[in-house]
Amino acid sequence: MSDQAFGNRGNRDASVVNPRPAGTFEGSRKSGAAGPGRRDDPFLIGEGMSGGYGRGPDILHDCTIAVEKGEIAVIVGPNGAGKSTAMKAIFGMLDLREGSIRLDGRDITALNPQDRVRAGMGFVPQVNNTFPSMSCEENLEMGAFIRDDDIADTMAQVYDLFPILKDKRRQAAGELSGGQRQQLAVGRALMTRPSLLMLDEPTAGVSPIVMDELFDRIIAIARGGLPILMVEQNAKQAMAIADKAYVLVQGANAHTGSGKELMANDEVRRTFLGG
Amino acid sequence: MSNTRQANTSSRWRAPLLFLALAVLFVLEGTVRNAMFSGSWNTALGILNMGLISAITALGVNMQWGYAGLFNVGVVGFLALGGLAPVLVATAPVDGAWQAGGPRILLGLALGIGTLALAAQAWKRMARGRLRGLVLLAILIAGFIAYRAIFDPAVIAIEANNPARHGNIGGLGLPVLLSWAVGGVFAAAAAWAVGKVALGLRSDYLAIATLGIGEIIVAVLKNEDWLARGVKNVTSIPRPVAYEIDLQQNPAFQSFANRLSMSAAEASGIWVKISYLSLFLVVLLVVILLAELALKSPWGRMMRAIRDNETAAEAMGKDVTARHLQVFVLGSAVIGIAGAMMITQDGLMAPVGYNPLRYTFLIWVMVIVGGSGNNWGAVLGAVLIWFLWIKAEVWGPALMGLLVLPLPDGGLKAHLLDSSAQMRFIAMGLVLLLVLRFAPRGLVPER
Amino acid sequence: MDIANALVVFLNFVFIPAAAYGAQLALGALGVTLIYGILRFSNFAHGDTMAFGTAVTILVTWGLQALGVSLGPLPTALLALPVGIAATAALALVTDRAVYRFYRVQRAAPIILVMASVGVMFLMNGLTRLLIGVDEQRFADGARFVINVRDFKAMTGLQEGLALKSTQALTVVVAVIVVWALFWFLNRTRSGKAMRAYSDNEDLALLSGIDPDKVVRMTWIIAAGLATIAGVLYGLDKAFKPFNYFQILLPIFAAAIVGGLGSPLGAIAGGFVVAFSEVAITYPWLKVVGYLFPDWQPGGLLQLLGTEYKFAVSFVILIVVLLFKPTGLFRGRSV
Repeated sequence: MSDQAFGNRGNRDASVVNPRPAGTFEGSRKSGAAGPGRRDDPFLIGEGMSGGYGRGPDILHDCTIAVEKGEIAVIVGPNGAGKSTAMKAIFGMLDLREGSIRLDGRDITALNPQDRVRAGMGFVPQVNNTFPSMSCEENLEMGAFIRDDDIADTMAQVYDLFPILKDKRRQAAGELSGGQRQQLAVGRALMTRPSLLMLDEPTAGVSPIVMDELFDRIIAIARGGLPILMVEQNAKQAMAIADKAYVLVQGANAHTGSGKELMANDEVRRTFLGG
Repeated sequence: MSNTRQANTSSRWRAPLLFLALAVLFVLEGTVRNAMFSGSWNTALGILNMGLISAITALGVNMQWGYAGLFNVGVVGFLALGGLAPVLVATAPVDGAWQAGGPRILLGLALGIGTLALAAQAWKRMARGRLRGLVLLAILIAGFIAYRAIFDPAVIAIEANNPARHGNIGGLGLPVLLSWAVGGVFAAAAAWAVGKVALGLRSDYLAIATLGIGEIIVAVLKNEDWLARGVKNVTSIPRPVAYEIDLQQNPAFQSFANRLSMSAAEASGIWVKISYLSLFLVVLLVVILLAELALKSPWGRMMRAIRDNETAAEAMGKDVTARHLQVFVLGSAVIGIAGAMMITQDGLMAPVGYNPLRYTFLIWVMVIVGGSGNNWGAVLGAVLIWFLWIKAEVWGPALMGLLVLPLPDGGLKAHLLDSSAQMRFIAMGLVLLLVLRFAPRGLVPER
Repeated sequence: MDIANALVVFLNFVFIPAAAYGAQLALGALGVTLIYGILRFSNFAHGDTMAFGTAVTILVTWGLQALGVSLGPLPTALLALPVGIAATAALALVTDRAVYRFYRVQRAAPIILVMASVGVMFLMNGLTRLLIGVDEQRFADGARFVINVRDFKAMTGLQEGLALKSTQALTVVVAVIVVWALFWFLNRTRSGKAMRAYSDNEDLALLSGIDPDKVVRMTWIIAAGLATIAGVLYGLDKAFKPFNYFQILLPIFAAAIVGGLGSPLGAIAGGFVVAFSEVAITYPWLKVVGYLFPDWQPGGLLQLLGTEYKFAVSFVILIVVLLFKPTGLFRGRSV
């Protein structure tokens, strides 16, 4: 807390102050206008991105990430490489100094995150990605908040994809297990019928069995024609399912290629996949 | 991120200039007689004295909030408890009161506290389970019955003792200055009990706990007639300074007043107020000195470390809860001292006067306006706000009189003029909100 | 043993007053808990918001009475209530725009909002005093009793009488309707769910396209409505005195915390827990016991605590609940 004037001086009095943390990003930022895309762009591209949080130092340095239709693209890299930051930059939660984000033939660099959701991005944050006191069904409804049409079909599709959610649809999200919660978070993002799904470490903190199951679901979603951009900690597994993989080191592209190519690359294997 | 409109570094002349401005206000109050000022030194000094007592109270609150982020909304209770000290320590003993039930009262109180301590021990020592709950309940019920059986007859006996004049336990007849320290001890003891419970839970519940204890202490003072005669008030609390009437009859003082070309009545009032003023100033300066020394000591550095980064301090092994409890007790003790000083100056213990708006929330306005975390700021804020609070009673109707001038005579005009004395609440709210918004660090920001 | 008479005494002196008082506290605590859940701070101005809403309602009631309008057996204040709610909601929205919004945008720690609410408390307190003065006002009209003592005795032939004041019945009926409507709103409507979502997870709510400003506005309107209704019911049942509305802040906060701050269900439970304990502990049980055990002659009134200490009861209940269940009876922190 750099600013003492509006700080809490170490107060932790639950009888007057709700300990729930405040929202982390500026919700009142207004979107600028969306511009035209460029010819021959991939479906999504974050091109030449440089920037960091607030007035802090740059975390991304001329970083480029792209996803084609029908593909799974993964971002991997060592800890602190800026993987999640790159994804947040694409989603508009970061002030970009340079670079542009273009989705489906439109330049969306000036849009705020809410409007990027409207433009077709479905984003699943790594943590705090459900409404814990609300039931599964209500979580999915909230996912579809921006839609005015009938959401029953989409909800049925989500339940088909994640049958466990249908069983637990009256149960509060906070009572679900870690894997179930991640499924709910993905389902919630699918409720807007996005044209692109972005997953920030969907398997963080879940058991290996659950992880395999989650990866299966993600492949199933991609087979259904929805392009996926995913940040993953488990590089091997992620590359195994990836059509395209980006290895980031210190906020810049280090290697790019299909998952198989990178797995075969000696340098990637040695420095990063551990032999 | 810099998001305040106030510069981070303020001029070193800022505080002295503000104090000077405040002094000018008081000089105007003492010398100029017009619609805004009374032109009476008696009034000016009266306001200043009460302002200094408020300043000491504000210092206590400032320690709790400024050093440790504790939000105490029971200031009125600690102030009232401190005010009990002059009654119990300094007033003359009441004939027959002690014999009627003094020892029994003490025994009853000891029994009550013992029951709670025993219950706490049982809870701590015994294993979880139904038995523990039953034992706890049994201790509490037995203790309560025994307490009432011993305590109630004593109260009845004491209150029956010369009820028209006394009916209370009476004092010890000790010097009244001693009672100021005792007032601090009273408030500290209550604060320890409250803090022990409200600061020890998973998160703090201090605000609601202090709000509750504040109400309870005032209720006790209003209703326990044996203690301080309740709403029948205790008068004639001895003074540490001369009495006006003695001065007026003293020939030396009369000639002294003549030399100053004042009436003896006026001069005696001023003399008494200046005597109080000097006493209060001594206490104020000692409290500030100790507070500043403490803040610069290793203890103070630790407090600031905890305040600015609690998680880090906790990780380093500083027991945050224990430190918070220390600061809470110390700050409350200061408030208790102020409470005793106030009752001493008034010479009267009148519990109905303890209004939380005036004695809790107005103190908060003083601390925030002055500058959270800055002791001199608290003093400046306290004296300034107290001055405004008093003068708003005069200025409010004057302002309202101007505002309603164009209105036709009638019900509305009369109503507005009638209730214009309430303008002071609106004024205080506005002052607090404006300062909080445009100068959130207060008039004298913390360094 | 005379169970019928003992029961009537119990209902008359403990159950009915406590139920009415509990309903008033519950409505007040609901407002506090909503603001705590969504705006993340305890609103110290809530008592004075109640007082302001009631004062406006009383003024309108007097106007209506002067015009000769009445609701027959029901108090005229019910007719004036919507005006009171509208005025209070408008004041709350203006306050939010002028005071609280700034700190939200600055991402100030919520404790700063608490301080600001103290300023608002002073302001509203002064406003109410300016509006209606500091004196006690009674504004209940219409029928006084639903059941009165004499009729009850004649009807049942019991020794003890039972009185049900119309204001008490009205309080409970209105509270039930309001609480039902609130829960319907929170659990069944899109806007209500959006409010719960916002209180659960601000970031995710924003990403879902929920407009935070709209959520905040709805919160203030609902809280102002609840405060006015609670205040008017309390004033009808007892009397309107601005200072009492300030003092009721403690039992209201206690109720909200006992129930679990942030939990609407908890606020209601907390309101009744506090009210029933307050009445039960300060009530002299001698008469009830006398009917149950005619042979037992206890020495005193069998009153655990004098009525002057009723505030102490909410305090003790609060401490006990917090010691054993720090998050309150219903797990709080979210709407």
